[in-house]
Amino acid sequence: MTARLNLRNAVVAGVLAALALVPLYTALTGNYFLISLFTRIVILAIAAVSLNLIMGFGGMVSFGHAAYLGIGGYVVGILAKEGFNSGFLQWPLALAVSALFGLAVGALSLRTRGVYFIMITLAFAQMVYYIAIALDRYGGDDGMTIYTRSQFGALINLSNKTAFYYLCFALLLGTAYLVWRIVNSRFGMVIQGARSNDRRMRAVGFPTYRYRLVCFVIAGMLCGLAGVLLANHTDFISPAMMHWTRSGDLIVMAVLGGMGTVLGPVLGAVTLLVLEEALSGITEYWQIVLGPIFLLVVLFARGGIDGVLAGLRHG
Amino acid sequence: MLYLVEQCLNGIQLGMLLFLLAAGLTLIFGIMDLVNLAHGSLYMLGAYFAATFAALTDSFLAGIGLALLATLAAGMALELIAIRPLYGRDHLDHVLGTFGLLLFFNELVRLIWGPAGLTLSLPPEMLSAVQVLPGVYYPLYRLVIILATLAVALLLYALVMRTRIGMLIRAGASNREMVGALGVNIKLLYTLVFGLGAALAGFAGMMQAPLSFVQIGMGENILILAFVVIIIGGIGSIRGAFVAAIIVGIIDTIGRAFLPDLLRNFVSYSAGSSAGPALSSMLIYMLMAAVLVVRPEGLFPATNR
Repeated sequence: MTARLNLRNAVVAGVLAALALVPLYTALTGNYFLISLFTRIVILAIAAVSLNLIMGFGGMVSFGHAAYLGIGGYVVGILAKEGFNSGFLQWPLALAVSALFGLAVGALSLRTRGVYFIMITLAFAQMVYYIAIALDRYGGDDGMTIYTRSQFGALINLSNKTAFYYLCFALLLGTAYLVWRIVNSRFGMVIQGARSNDRRMRAVGFPTYRYRLVCFVIAGMLCGLAGVLLANHTDFISPAMMHWTRSGDLIVMAVLGGMGTVLGPVLGAVTLLVLEEALSGITEYWQIVLGPIFLLVVLFARGGIDGVLAGLRHG
Repeated sequence: MLYLVEQCLNGIQLGMLLFLLAAGLTLIFGIMDLVNLAHGSLYMLGAYFAATFAALTDSFLAGIGLALLATLAAGMALELIAIRPLYGRDHLDHVLGTFGLLLFFNELVRLIWGPAGLTLSLPPEMLSAVQVLPGVYYPLYRLVIILATLAVALLLYALVMRTRIGMLIRAGASNREMVGALGVNIKLLYTLVFGLGAALAGFAGMMQAPLSFVQIGMGENILILAFVVIIIGGIGSIRGAFVAAIIVGIIDTIGRAFLPDLLRNFVSYSAGSSAGPALSSMLIYMLMAAVLVVRPEGLFPATNR
């Protein structure tokens, strides 16, 4: 697959280049709010890209993806509270717990289809949300401050804003590359085949349940990574990280950007969060504008921003 | 023991409220095939309308009556403007579109009524307690909720199973094109069903309002519980919604009432207090997972789909 020069690729490349230059802009202007905002955007873009792997390519509409953000964050937070600050311990463990949770949820919920799947994933995420509230030692409902970010020795200092931003950005690119490789592999073809016609794929001889389950687990791990980053970024964990509306936000990012493509959700995440920021600057009641925009996107911009860009090229 | 009876009644009362929400959701899903996340917003609107009208008219009952009409009207208007174009789209579009509506309504309510929230106070005669069993006193208003919702449930059953409009609704659920071809105005029917669902949700909201606080986002947590209810009961089945609502209501309430004490035997007092309600909320989701493992279509799968 060679990248062609068209509007769509140009916009994606432009957004990525702009993201890469954010720290430079901050260094020139001293606008530290901007790098903080964009670190958040990049982290949530990782989550959106991971959701898109199962939702856009696998047809598994998970309404509980924010649970992994919470799991990744809580593993870091809990270990930090107990005095284990090493990132070499925190990060792999966070990914492992995310994978285990994905395995359990996936094994149960992939037995169902359609709207049942949407709601069962939502329900499991709610379960994790309530577990987090029950964790009295780790802040309960109010959440907990993390006093030390993950330590990687001399390798990288996560407290350095620029270094941390570039780490997140590199991980976003890595995630997107991984998803791209997965989607275009034989494994990814099976997943996409199962989305279009599961019965036929099974008739051909693919145990699609297992393929979908593995895909579900991978997406969960990638989102768990986003959770690890988010906890390190905000130095704070709370059940609100995985409130169900956060899962809704992730779906919005993926759909807004365009589900059928690997980098669409990045566009979606940037657009949504910048829009939120801009609208909240204009009016206190910004959601009254944002809500109808979602509806309009659903009604008139199928395929999201990416779809619109692709359409412009043809039109 | 007395406490147990009281908590069971509370559980039934919560279950009845859940049923009102779940019945609307399941009707709308069963007939229009629409996943409606904005259903909780109608619950919230109902409560706000009731608090406003009750304050204006100085009468609780008049407030409820006017609020019911207002929620019905709001539901039908919502259907005409925003929901109608969503029919026939896939469920993801529904989730996204109605998620947008949910944000919109939360903000609209904040704009109109302010962020502080309202209270809806009961008329004095409702404040007394009734002796339900020898030695067991139970708040009259909670009994009124149970009876009123039971009456609504029976009315709903009669409407769907015994009237012409109910027949059309059921026919529309099994084959909408055919009903349309036979000359029934299916669009109007959908608007009516959506309005009915809205009124049911609004009614639940206004019944709950005096027991808690009328505030923004009040419909969201209970909406998720209502989703759990319709999944356990089987999507599209009103009977399933009824049974599941009662089960979920009782589990949630009993868990909240007894788990903290139970836990305190094992962990510290404060840990038990905070873990108890959370664990009882989890019980519901565990029940749902168990039901889905055994019966992926819910306890009472709707047969006509």
